[in-house]
Amino acid sequence: MPAYRSPAVRRYFIRIVVLVVLYLVTLFAAVRLFRADAVHGIAAYGLAILPAIPVIGVFWAVIRLLVEEPDEFIRLLHVRQCLFATGFCLTVMTVWEFLQNFDLLPPGNGGFGAAFFWFIGLGFGGLYNKLTVGTAGCA
Amino acid sequence: MNNRLKILRAERDWSQQDLAERLQVSRQSVNAIETGKYDPSLPLAFRIAELFGLKIEEIFASATKI
Repeated sequence: MPAYRSPAVRRYFIRIVVLVVLYLVTLFAAVRLFRADAVHGIAAYGLAILPAIPVIGVFWAVIRLLVEEPDEFIRLLHVRQCLFATGFCLTVMTVWEFLQNFDLLPPGNGGFGAAFFWFIGLGFGGLYNKLTVGTAGCA
Repeated sequence: MNNRLKILRAERDWSQQDLAERLQVSRQSVNAIETGKYDPSLPLAFRIAELFGLKIEEIFASATKI
């Protein structure tokens, strides 16, 4: 049974691959430069934000997929997946925040921020679609 | 919403993939509509009706009517 792959899905995967490569490159560069104490002042702020740009790009790619997908049922699955991810992310971050507020968890997030849990939520959202509608969509 | 899509497709000896290609949608869409997991939009319902040469109400009916 062939998996459904619209041109919109193909563009989405290409965009994701490019953005992940950009993320790894910018993150590697930022970590190296900060460890070497090579940047200061306003440049440090710019460098710290640099790896966030490809992550924001992934949000853009997901939204473009919702806009460009021509199949209405597949688009519905993508929307359900995103809503599930948003709910999952907000729930995890809220619980985490309250545990930190009452000093039951240490401050900081160890690099696992909202975006990380949203992407994890996308995976669970696909599973939720599979269990409730019988298909995850394009996969 | 109930529908006769599976019967109409079987009468023509089309697979779900055949029907999906004729409607320019995914096979998953056809399967979801046939099994009642998804109700198509009005434009897609019109496309389905035109493909089978029937009126929309001859293919789809309210779940309370059938």
